[in-house]
Amino acid sequence: MLADGVSCRGVAAHLRRALLIGVLVIAALMYLVPLAAMLFTSLKSMPEITGMAGFESNTILTPPRAPTLAAWGEAWSRACISVECTGLRGYFGTTIPMVTCAVAISVSIGAVNGYVLSKWRFRYDTVIYGLMLFGCFIPFQIVLIPIARVLGLMHLSGTMAGLVFVHVAYGITFTTLFFRNFYVTVPDEIVSAARMDGAGFWSIFLLILVPVSGPIAIVAVIWQFTSIWNDFLFGASFGGANARPLMVALNNLVNTSTGTKAYNVDMAGAMIAALPTMVVYVVAGRYFVRGLMAGAVKG
Amino acid sequence: MQRQLRAWMPQIALLPSLILMTVTVYGFIGFSVLLSLTGSKMMPNFGKWVGFLQYERVWANPRWEVAVQNFAIFATLYIGASLLVGLVLAILLDQRIRAEGVLRTVYLYPMALSFIVTGVAWQWILSPDLGLERAMHIWGWENFRFDWIKSDKMAIYCVVIAGVWQASGFVMATFLAALRGINPEIISAAKIDGAGGLSVYRFVVLPALRPAFLTAIVVQGHLAIKSYDLVVALTKGGPGYATELPSTFMYAFTFTRNEMAMGAASAVMMLALVSALIVPYLYSELRHAR
Repeated sequence: MLADGVSCRGVAAHLRRALLIGVLVIAALMYLVPLAAMLFTSLKSMPEITGMAGFESNTILTPPRAPTLAAWGEAWSRACISVECTGLRGYFGTTIPMVTCAVAISVSIGAVNGYVLSKWRFRYDTVIYGLMLFGCFIPFQIVLIPIARVLGLMHLSGTMAGLVFVHVAYGITFTTLFFRNFYVTVPDEIVSAARMDGAGFWSIFLLILVPVSGPIAIVAVIWQFTSIWNDFLFGASFGGANARPLMVALNNLVNTSTGTKAYNVDMAGAMIAALPTMVVYVVAGRYFVRGLMAGAVKG
Repeated sequence: MQRQLRAWMPQIALLPSLILMTVTVYGFIGFSVLLSLTGSKMMPNFGKWVGFLQYERVWANPRWEVAVQNFAIFATLYIGASLLVGLVLAILLDQRIRAEGVLRTVYLYPMALSFIVTGVAWQWILSPDLGLERAMHIWGWENFRFDWIKSDKMAIYCVVIAGVWQASGFVMATFLAALRGINPEIISAAKIDGAGGLSVYRFVVLPALRPAFLTAIVVQGHLAIKSYDLVVALTKGGPGYATELPSTFMYAFTFTRNEMAMGAASAVMMLALVSALIVPYLYSELRHAR
């Protein structure tokens, strides 16, 4: 009897386990299906996609019968974006430096701000921090019109430098939040001991806090890189024809129709534009989650 | 002199950001608020004040009515569904799953994509001629109908689907982080006191997740209000203006219909909505901050 009871419970536990894994795997498939559909479509020819003669049973989830990189080549170097038919290639060259500058500047400034707001007390410090936090949450629509005016006055409209400025201005609120919440967890005693030994403001920052900042720097860099790389609103509003970031170019590519809609080229373009951030997530996503767990989203 | 400089160093280091923030956040908000009280059309024009006329015009506009209704639907379902999916996945993933790392990466990767990429992909999947509907027909479900993206009434739910697909992984990560932060001794103590699996979750784990809930609601809520790119890439606001949101309304009236002051008025109302959500949250967070 007893043995039966135990094994019964054992079977139930196994079943529950199988159910659990089943649900998790089905959920994973739901997340992967759109990616698979994109990849398959980008590797097909147009007759295969539209199910013409010979491909009647083709669906979005049928693997390509004769995979071809033609659409990728088209999206990379020949597809039309507005009036220029040079593909997405050229936009990498202009978007990468813009994003790199904006990320480097906003993360460095955020680290200093986070250090000041966590390790130094002065009048109104909490108020300043609160005002910065609120800045993370404003809908950008409220600042679009004045940004356009100010960029115009600074002769930065339609330049990558203008976009760097905008991304830094609205990025430092986030990076400050990340670094401040992380530095709060560094014991104050270490800082006061260093001050006793005569260390100044910058040497405490550079010699004590910067060396331990690895985990949060990864979170801040990933966050800033993905949000600036993926930005559309600022790029579309202020980039103009001369400083068009990759995402705006992608949207134009998809909406520039010359004849029939080339879904395979659209999907290849979307994958090309998404590749850098996806690589960052797959390679460094582990550290991102670990950094989040270290308290980055505690608010 | 030098000593004074050293004493003021923290404030000096913060000053550039403080000035930048004061101008680009609060100065610009002030600019837009003032602009919404003028009669500006194509360019800002502070010569003609019209009081709250632009707000009346926005509320009298049928497109704004659609935008507000859509926003209510979108925000409720987007926040609700991504919280539910994220919470369930986090709890299931927290059961010592061997492949946790891989699964977590899979759930989280849509967050790496831009809303433009998500929109382009889902536009293709949801298209009745070539996407899911056609696939179901070929697989044998001849009567399967899924043409929401072409329907005035249902298109907004397509935006919800794509949005939840993109954002739920991030909510999962937030909840998972919070679950890992719960002291395991509290859970064992509850079990010793005779609490079963479900009641441990009901009375110990869920209450401990309260801060994570708050964070997730605030983050998703403000993403919902900001949502612009997803609609642009997925439906372009259509069919007609059936998937208009306040953000697309603002952009259209400001930059293409030359009703800049109306655009500013709609932006001010978006900010008011965000503030109603964020300010109490920030206040409660900061009160305990130090």
